Amino acid sequence: MNNKRFLGTGLPGVDISKLTGKLVVIEGADGSGRSTQIELLKNWLERQGHATVDVGLVRSTLVSEELAKAKEGNILGHQTMSLFYATDYADQLENTIIPALRSGFIVLADRYIYTLMARDVVRGIDRNWVESLYGIAIVPDAVFYLKVNPQILIERAFMKDQTLDYWESGMDIGLSQNMFDSFVKYQNLMQKEFMRMSDKYGFRIINGNRSPRVISQDLERQFQSILEG
Amino acid sequence: MFTTNYKDIKGKLIAVEGLDGSGKSTQIYLVKRWLELQGIKVFFTEWNSSLLVKNATRKGKKRQLLTPTTFSLIHCTDFADRWERQVLPLLRAGYIVLADRYIYTAFARDSTRGCDRQWLRNLYRFAMPPTLTLFFKVPLETALSRILDNRPELKYFEAGMDLGLSTDPYESFRKFQTMINNEYLKMVKEFNFTVVDATQPIHVQQAKVRELIMTQIDLPSYRSRTRK
Repeated sequence: MNNKRFLGTGLPGVDISKLTGKLVVIEGADGSGRSTQIELLKNWLERQGHATVDVGLVRSTLVSEELAKAKEGNILGHQTMSLFYATDYADQLENTIIPALRSGFIVLADRYIYTLMARDVVRGIDRNWVESLYGIAIVPDAVFYLKVNPQILIERAFMKDQTLDYWESGMDIGLSQNMFDSFVKYQNLMQKEFMRMSDKYGFRIINGNRSPRVISQDLERQFQSILEG
Repeated sequence: MFTTNYKDIKGKLIAVEGLDGSGKSTQIYLVKRWLELQGIKVFFTEWNSSLLVKNATRKGKKRQLLTPTTFSLIHCTDFADRWERQVLPLLRAGYIVLADRYIYTAFARDSTRGCDRQWLRNLYRFAMPPTLTLFFKVPLETALSRILDNRPELKYFEAGMDLGLSTDPYESFRKFQTMINNEYLKMVKEFNFTVVDATQPIHVQQAKVRELIMTQIDLPSYRSRTRK
């Protein structure tokens, strides 16, 4: 069964009825266990004989290098950053995601437009503008949101790098001069925005405070119905 | 982020639009000189000129990686960068900003490439509508011969080769420009363009343009108070 649709106005020259694969998205903050879960899902799917393709943010051939450079210098305005990310997404959508779906692959997306939309809205960009911008997007077959308590996110960040990431702490929006406070405030804002989007876009909220093994069993169970659907 | 209240902005924006070969760049250059020589605070900005995203655009064009959507988005990113870092701050500081091509260029080109018109209009919604948009109207054949008579080296995207209209760059360019011209003509009313007859001699057009600007903008109030 194929029930693909665009979020809005769609893309020129793409016949959406030909996209027979599945698109499954894992959303969540850094440290929410996204990449671990994607790896486990990939193993689980390939063991069953399903072909998968991984995508994520800032991986396009077109602008990923430039975006990384821009982030280092922190010299771009919010509107420009927003459009830069959208360009990166569009490039991957047309050159990776759509061809894979056309060939019947299962596309596992480590973050998708929802992170980009939430980041924009938290930075004061008009919600309707962002939604129209991502009208080009293909609506996923499922979106899992790994919801993790910001205190636990901090613990995990320190365990991994002993430091907090500038962008994941929302330091560019001046919530606090103190990075720790800024991180907590920013992650709370992001979570609020995700919960707000959840009803509208039908996220499956996964309690990410649990152990990786328990979460993956939960995901596999839910994934089974997507494969059958 | 979205400055919807443009009343607070003292500066003025004048945009020129038209086909390649319509002579609009010459006219806006003469406007710039005219204003500068009167000591008016003026800033000139061109389409597709932000340093930061130039690299990505060049790469995309060279490798022909761009689709209509990414082509559109990368140009909008470039525009947003100039808008946020230069144009909007200067408008707030009371400058007269002259734009050689503005968002209507994107509307014309990108919709010709197949992007949705409403999507495009939303995309550029953060940009302030100009006080005056001068559209340099020229018969298609005149514009085409002004460009093609010199037998220039037409670039892939410039010739609209990505649309697959023709395998001959010159033929493709003709078809592409025809489509763009039709888009422009449809926008005259929608965006209240002031049409300038671009077949007139340069100085005649310039006199008309200066008159139009003077009726719309109180120029003396834009004089710089600091001497150079």
